[in-house]
Amino acid sequence: MRHIISILVENEAGALSRVAGLFSARGYNIESLTVAPTEDPSLSRMTIVTTGTESIIEQITKQLNKLIDVVKLMDMTEGPHIEREMLLMKVIAKNSMREELKRVTDIFRGRIIDVTDASYIIELTGPGAKLDAFIQAVDPALILEVVRSGVSGIARGDKTLRL
Amino acid sequence: MELTGAEIFVRCLQEEGVEFLFGYPGGAVLHIYDALYQQDKVKHILVRHEQAATHAADGYARSTGRPGCVLVTSGPGATNAVTGIATAYMDSIPMVVFTGQVPTALIGNDAFQEVDNIGITRPCVKHNFLVKDVHDLAETIKKAFYVATTGRPGPVVVDIPKDVSAHRCEYSYPKRVSMRSYNPVVKGHSGQIKKAVDLIMTAKRPMLYTGGGVILDNASKPLTEFARLMNFPITNTLMGLGAYPATDPLFVGMLGMHGTYEANMGMHNCDVLIAIGARFDDRVTGNIEKFCPTAKIIHVDVDPASISKNVKVDVPIVGGVDNVLKQMIKMVKDSNERPDPEALKEWWKQINEWRGMDCLKFDRTSEIIKPQYVVETLYRITKGDAYVTSDVGQHQMWAAQFYKFDKPRRWINSGGLGTMGFGFPAAMGVQLAHPDETVCCITGEGSIQMCIQELSTCRQYALPVKIINLNNRYLGMVRQWQEFFYQKRYAMSYMESLPDFVKLAESYGHAGMKIEKPGDVEGALIEAMKVRDRVVFLDFITDQHENVYPMIPAGAGQNEMILI
Ligand SMILES: Cc1ncc(C[n+]2csc(CCOP(=O)(O)OP(=O)(O)O)c2C)c(N)n1
Repeated sequence: MRHIISILVENEAGALSRVAGLFSARGYNIESLTVAPTEDPSLSRMTIVTTGTESIIEQITKQLNKLIDVVKLMDMTEGPHIEREMLLMKVIAKNSMREELKRVTDIFRGRIIDVTDASYIIELTGPGAKLDAFIQAVDPALILEVVRSGVSGIARGDKTLRL
Repeated sequence: MELTGAEIFVRCLQEEGVEFLFGYPGGAVLHIYDALYQQDKVKHILVRHEQAATHAADGYARSTGRPGCVLVTSGPGATNAVTGIATAYMDSIPMVVFTGQVPTALIGNDAFQEVDNIGITRPCVKHNFLVKDVHDLAETIKKAFYVATTGRPGPVVVDIPKDVSAHRCEYSYPKRVSMRSYNPVVKGHSGQIKKAVDLIMTAKRPMLYTGGGVILDNASKPLTEFARLMNFPITNTLMGLGAYPATDPLFVGMLGMHGTYEANMGMHNCDVLIAIGARFDDRVTGNIEKFCPTAKIIHVDVDPASISKNVKVDVPIVGGVDNVLKQMIKMVKDSNERPDPEALKEWWKQINEWRGMDCLKFDRTSEIIKPQYVVETLYRITKGDAYVTSDVGQHQMWAAQFYKFDKPRRWINSGGLGTMGFGFPAAMGVQLAHPDETVCCITGEGSIQMCIQELSTCRQYALPVKIINLNNRYLGMVRQWQEFFYQKRYAMSYMESLPDFVKLAESYGHAGMKIEKPGDVEGALIEAMKVRDRVVFLDFITDQHENVYPMIPAGAGQNEMILI
């Protein structure tokens, strides 16, 4: 199963490599990993998307918790949550294709944020699956470049990941 | 008061009550060595190779329960220490290793003797720290000792750049540290413990399986009390030997690949398995698919990540082994339930039948020295009271099988990493910690040569370690596998060009003896025990083709042992 695990880690040099090293040393999958500082400058928040059987996910959460730099952990997938990822796509946009690309972008509630006479840059936010679908929907011959931010997640309701 | 980083370092170690610092100097730690020179509270032990410094500190830690301390220089000093750090990590031994680093301004420049020591050691430490500012030094050292010695213990590395040891700042040693991200659980959850006790009361064929965690948490007393209270059979892992008295009738021996028939059969057939401070290592479980097929499993461990890692358990209990055992004992005493005594009697009958197989028998009429006989005689001569370290191989297994440890912290070996070269330097650490005790290193001619240079260290500090070399002229354990599983193709397992160990020992100013006949074994050992000021190297020329039995071959279940 696919899990989104969010952790608060000490904002120390080396914290990221401890987390990444754990995954590679123990052979766990990482689909994506994002990290950025939080409103508390002493903490960073990481979001890891991983897959594995229940027992592997259990081990992953335990091993992460065991890292001295990890302050708090939440498996988003255990409850209702919101998942978002951002995608930027540069496409060839000439003549008749321009209309078509604009339409597909609108359908996915994306935005065109840069325009030249031969290209667009499209911005799209949503769960990973939606971004996948969007990429599928665009003619691959037109895609010049795709960049995805990796997943962020947050629990719905009053459940929070904070100190 | 303003002190240099080096002075602060020394003061911190003094505050921590560090007796011995095992190390080796070099450029990046010269300020620190200068500060060490100017005091006499922390005694520095100069080894002959940094690997030995870590093993010696490790042996000190295992035999005392106090953290071992190491100081090495940057680059090669630090990389030489890695084997010992990994060894301690695998066996959860509290240790603080200080490594020198190039000055902060040079870090990342491929400076002379620079390695990314934090990066190299990351996967084999409990935690590591790079100290970038002298103002952080004292607190970091405090944290290092705190992390190394609490929860599931382990080695911690503190990397100190040269300029940090030169810079000055105001010194004060924190009395306490707290880390918001590190709060090991000590007290077991009473609800879970109640569940465990309820399950135990239903047992018809119970088995206690306990490991190194019992020793690390100094929980031998409650363990012994619990086993006797319940009258349950108990087996120890290689790491757990001595946690329960081996001469006690409830003890069925070590389990696992070279464990006893009765221990492994007991595991395979039990209906309630109580695992305490043990981690279901593959050398213990054999084929995991076939492991304890009829058992409900209770697992007590201070490390949540150890629980249900290899084997899914029914009643997990996270907590200090000592605390949980004491709670269990209380609950049992407060309850008037007991497991079915008739069933337990039947179970014991079965176990004693297995015992009757006498799986550790060996040829006692041989004209050639049998390695088992040497260990057995050593046990008798030392009255079971010696500290015994070992290396890795057949001799290690014979030591574990034939030396009956009644006390914890007497049996010191590298169980997790299986590091050849561990035994002798570890024995130095043990001997320093216990100057008046008998310390023996049971080794093989392969292993002993991996840290043989420490004969020099032993000379310098007059350490009377007894080296019991079971010399079979083979990398015996490798040869055994090749005999069993590679049709006797003995690839690179024959040890040629061995030194004359007697002369070698003598050249360092130690004593050496070569023993070739079974009739001379006892006398030589008695003689050796009298020597108190130097090493005695006992080179026993043993049967080359002896194998370790019983054996669970790879892929087999615990009930599928090869017996002699
Ligand atoms: C550093 C290291 N290298 C290799 C091994 C693999 N190994 C395990 S046992 C063994 C043979 C040990 O030979 P010896 O020390 O003579 O002991 P014996 O088995 O003959 O008693 C070897 C090579 C190891 N455990 N450690």
